[in-house]
Amino acid sequence: MNNSEIINVKDLTKRFPMGLSEFTALSGINLTFSKGEFSGVVGPSGSGKTTLLNIIGLLDNPSDGDAIILGNSSKDLSPGKAALMRRRHMGFIFQTYNLLPVYTVFENTEFPLLLLKMTSGEREKAVHEALEWVGLTDKIKSRPAQLSGGECQRVAIARAMVKHPEIVLADEPTANLDADNSHHILKTMEKLNNELKTTFIFATHDDKVISYLKRKITLIDGKVSHDETVKQ
Amino acid sequence: MIKFLIKGLLRDSHRSRLPLIVVALGVMLTVLLTTWINGVLGDSINMNAKLSTGHVKVITKAYRESMDQIPVDLSLTGTQEILSELRRDYPSVSWVERIEFGGLLDLPDSAGETKSQGPFAGLAVNFFDSRSGEAERLNLNKILIEGQLPRGPGEILVSHTFAKKLGISLLDKVTFIGSTMFGGMTISNYTVSGTISYGISALDRGSVIMDISDARKALDMEDACNEILGFNDIDYYDDAKATELMTSFNNNHQADNNEFAPVMIRLRDQNDLGGMIDLMDGVVGIISFVFILVLSVVLWNAGLVGGLRRYGEVGLRLAMGEEKGHVYRSMIAESLFIGISGSIIGSAAGLALSYLLQQKGLDLSGAMQNATMLMPGVFRTRITTEAYYIGFIPGILATLIGTMLSGIGIYRRQTARLFKELQLQ
Repeated sequence: MNNSEIINVKDLTKRFPMGLSEFTALSGINLTFSKGEFSGVVGPSGSGKTTLLNIIGLLDNPSDGDAIILGNSSKDLSPGKAALMRRRHMGFIFQTYNLLPVYTVFENTEFPLLLLKMTSGEREKAVHEALEWVGLTDKIKSRPAQLSGGECQRVAIARAMVKHPEIVLADEPTANLDADNSHHILKTMEKLNNELKTTFIFATHDDKVISYLKRKITLIDGKVSHDETVKQ
Repeated sequence: MIKFLIKGLLRDSHRSRLPLIVVALGVMLTVLLTTWINGVLGDSINMNAKLSTGHVKVITKAYRESMDQIPVDLSLTGTQEILSELRRDYPSVSWVERIEFGGLLDLPDSAGETKSQGPFAGLAVNFFDSRSGEAERLNLNKILIEGQLPRGPGEILVSHTFAKKLGISLLDKVTFIGSTMFGGMTISNYTVSGTISYGISALDRGSVIMDISDARKALDMEDACNEILGFNDIDYYDDAKATELMTSFNNNHQADNNEFAPVMIRLRDQNDLGGMIDLMDGVVGIISFVFILVLSVVLWNAGLVGGLRRYGEVGLRLAMGEEKGHVYRSMIAESLFIGISGSIIGSAAGLALSYLLQQKGLDLSGAMQNATMLMPGVFRTRITTEAYYIGFIPGILATLIGTMLSGIGIYRRQTARLFKELQLQ
């Protein structure tokens, strides 16, 4: 693994029990991701995109093979250490935003920093910075119910980015957004990728997302069928 | 983080208001029920103690065997000596002599012939020595309906219902016809100085109260009485203290095999009061257990509903790197907050209602006109020390157990499913 390589997936296979037999979701996957990539795993529903993201995000373990994330083998990580890795080094963006409805935009963005036990001053500075990135400093006291879908997803991006993670995993982040909002948030993520060198990995079959990707990995029936660099 | 969680708890009424109301209501009912039972049973026990049983009672061994018949011929003799011993050995207890007896009360007409006549149950107490405290103990000033308390020898009180039945008026001369301690016939005349009503039909049907010196003369019981009652300095029956006292006294008199030798019995050994005392002792535990059980089930369900509602939040927190144990502990801390707050509110409300019922009481005497048991007509709660903390046991335990049960789902949940679940919302 060279210095810029932060994810190394080796001969990865994932099987799920299905009745008396097993269903193979991923089979013999070999991939590496370098720092600062803006890449996406694309493919039709059921091709194994989310399963691959789960394993990279240390939310699931491989049946065979290994996923080495920031130098840590997923096979050797206890649930506690996996949680610590997610807490310190990973950000997640979901299709349905998953903001906490009783908290304000500021508090939703602040939440990952509380888990890192940062001081109040450090948190306030980091949250303001993150909300500036996504252009929501004027909505700091709003609750999610008072925001549009696009604004909610921008809060989710700020929440994922506020701790400056090495890796951001985004599963169908534009699925609930219209075209304008989709382009807006994708541009925001592209800008953060350029400025902060955060590695973004998408799971998507949305053409709008695909058009922004610098690297496109196509999965068909749990296997990598294409892995191409589409932009420099 | 704690501040963050409390903020969420306070803002989310489903997480705070509903469980808080459930806990506060449950705790309020626990407190109210505890004070109610303590009050009602305690009043009944106390009423029995004051009227008849004492907290402890000294009688003869022979009298004990047929106590229900109140056999005056089996009374204690040499009571001054026994009283001296009791007052010397157990100075914190108030000792009083009583004579319970029965007979006929006869109201003569102007010619001296019987106008009306009826059987009665008599109680002779020490009226004229204010140190005995008997008038206060029997609450005579409050239960006096007409006339006044006896002020000198030869004056008696008659129950109001009985007086009306026989046509007795105040200051009428009445004749007591009965038998002496030695089996001879006795006839004595008295003046009715007042009428009383206990509010207990069993007593009001036919009772007479007179001074013990008059009863002694009539029943030929000089230096004798059939019962010496002992009352604790505290105004309620303490079973442990009574048992200790009884054991000590009876051990001192163990060697005396005479059937007229004194023996001490407790309140619980009389009038089937033991069962009531056991019930009162056990009832607080039973109430707590039942409320913990019921509240736990309710809060478990509330927790499950809340847990389902917060499935996304819990999933998100786990996905963001919060450990399962931390999420679980934070939910338990929340429930502790709710449990303590609900218990404080519920206890305050329960105590306020209990205080109101303690002061005002609930008058059910109309419904108890035909009762044969010694029960007070006005039911009151009684606020004891335990009423201040008893509600906290079900309030906090039930909330904790409910949350623990509903929170187990967090541990059963596979982290790998989170991403998918979060997508599906």
